[in-house]
Amino acid sequence: MSLTRNLNLRFSIAGGLMAMATFAMAGEWSGFVSLEHQGFFHLPLSPEQHRTYFSVVAQPEYYHRIAGTKDSFTFVPFVRADQHDPERSHADIRELTWIKVGEGHEWRLGIRKLFWGVTESQHLVDIINQTDLVENIDLEEKLGQPMVNFALIRDWGTLNAFVLPGFRERTFPGAEGRLRTSPRVDTEQASYESARQRRHIDYALRWSNSISGWDIGLSQFYGTSREPRLLPGVDGNGLPVLIPRYDLIHQSGLDVQLTEGSWLWKLEAIRRSGQGTTFSAATGGFEYTFTGVFGTVMDLGVIAEYLYDNRDSAAPTPFQNDVMVGLRLTANDVQSSELLVGVIDDRRSAARSFNLEASRRLGAHYKLSLELRAFTGAPATDPVFVWRRDDYLQLELARYF
Amino acid sequence: MKYWIGVALVLFAAPVVLAETPQEKGLAIARESDRLDQGFGDYTANMEMILRNRQGEESVRRLRISTLEVKGDGDKSLTVFDDPADVKGTALLTFTHKTGEDDQWLYLPALKRVKRIASSNKSGPFMGSEFAYEDVGSQEIEKYAYKYLRDETHEGKQCFVIERYPVDKYSGYTRQMVWICQPEYRPWKIDFYDRKDSLLKTLVWRGYRQYLGKYWRADEMFMQNHQSGKSTLLKWSDYRFRAGLRDADFNEASLKRAR
Repeated sequence: MSLTRNLNLRFSIAGGLMAMATFAMAGEWSGFVSLEHQGFFHLPLSPEQHRTYFSVVAQPEYYHRIAGTKDSFTFVPFVRADQHDPERSHADIRELTWIKVGEGHEWRLGIRKLFWGVTESQHLVDIINQTDLVENIDLEEKLGQPMVNFALIRDWGTLNAFVLPGFRERTFPGAEGRLRTSPRVDTEQASYESARQRRHIDYALRWSNSISGWDIGLSQFYGTSREPRLLPGVDGNGLPVLIPRYDLIHQSGLDVQLTEGSWLWKLEAIRRSGQGTTFSAATGGFEYTFTGVFGTVMDLGVIAEYLYDNRDSAAPTPFQNDVMVGLRLTANDVQSSELLVGVIDDRRSAARSFNLEASRRLGAHYKLSLELRAFTGAPATDPVFVWRRDDYLQLELARYF
Repeated sequence: MKYWIGVALVLFAAPVVLAETPQEKGLAIARESDRLDQGFGDYTANMEMILRNRQGEESVRRLRISTLEVKGDGDKSLTVFDDPADVKGTALLTFTHKTGEDDQWLYLPALKRVKRIASSNKSGPFMGSEFAYEDVGSQEIEKYAYKYLRDETHEGKQCFVIERYPVDKYSGYTRQMVWICQPEYRPWKIDFYDRKDSLLKTLVWRGYRQYLGKYWRADEMFMQNHQSGKSTLLKWSDYRFRAGLRDADFNEASLKRAR
């Protein structure tokens, strides 16, 4: 990401802050600041990369409820400063939203983050927000998306219509960052199918409803793919790089969860056209929770999901024929301690990804989080191959206010 | 009403009971108490939870609760967490049902994700407290079988002592012994027995107040766990009955913008 774009964002944030000064008396501030340390177990592939990375994050949140109504205004800027990687040092407006609540409908205007889906191992259906990939390779951190969203809320379900102006490019680690492709991705040269490029207006529609134990969502998206293809090229110095290519796509999505007793049954499926051959992908499985395990008040969840993509080995995703199994331990203690461990196993090769996430509150205001990821056995054709030296342990201490 | 304090009112006794079995008399008491609390419509309230461990160390949570009475079914409720700060904005939407499983959705603001959660967690601690989800949920008559035990003088009041047995197989209890005291037929105490039928916890109500000239709510509910030595004090404030809540305040859209 260019410095100018970073600065622009910073200026917009500063502008937004000033514009809100009058509001600020009536609303409330919350949010967090955190310190993060990443340690990599192996020497890097490239001499530019490092073994350890410190970074600091701030994400304040301003919320103002308009008196006498259900309407609200929310502003959530985000900034990270990374010790080594200027691409990971970035700022964003996660939310700058005005919500207007009417009779059986809502208008939600501005920059927002939202989530669609039910599965744990990957989020196929979730398409509105661009992934903030420099934040985490789990694809769960998102950039704010400008939108006009109208929600119609009826007995037959909720219908959400979206007009999405202002495309956000995916963030990628810089040359000094770990957990990146080799060669690196050069975001400066990103290209688009649409002649309007980032100004192409995207559209989406989603219907969702809950019927007894079933939660169902159907969605349709037309616009610039959030997931770019990465094409080989060279940078200004003649060095090889990968260049993001953003195609115009149609994507239909289905997400279903059946909740019954201790069982959660989950399915997400998509069909996408416009990005090479039309393809389908799906994730399905279950989560079963044992309550009060080991004679304690802890809950233990067992998660199993199958990940499928009909492009098979031609898919740019590592998950075409993979199985994820995981355990989720919820301590139900005062500190809200949680542990999630999982492994994704490629059924066609020896590739395996291990994942551990744990967190615990310290006192009333601090939270300590630990994340461990490791990658083994990926053949050179697997997209995960690029992370073969990037096993890491991450510790984060956050102060909430 | 029933959310949270539901326990407080569910068991008002009919003063005159004809010759009947202990089971019939227990059920009649439950029915009458439920009838007495009908018609509250809706309410909002604030709650502070003070969690204390065996060593006396305290930890505080703050929540806001909205409840809507639903005719012919269990109540709907929306609980928003304000404290501790890392869970601020987290919200829980519950549709209680007289029979069958309750429906629960949890909104996680950091991910913007709504998760439908399994109702089998009902025996689990609510926010790490000594209250289980089933203790704070809507106390529908149909969720228990009943048995009248005896009359007893408790803290200077004339009380019925009845026992109730959870119908749901996911309940953490074999039985609960409930003291309902005259002259106003308010519950004063519950002893909870765990799955091994050992005394697990005792809940007592303190500082009752009457709202709308009819509905009794306690300022404090104190739960002592006899096995772990931990306790939780719930302090209620700012009750507003008939706050004008409607069905539209209890759906996915309202859950996401609850905070």
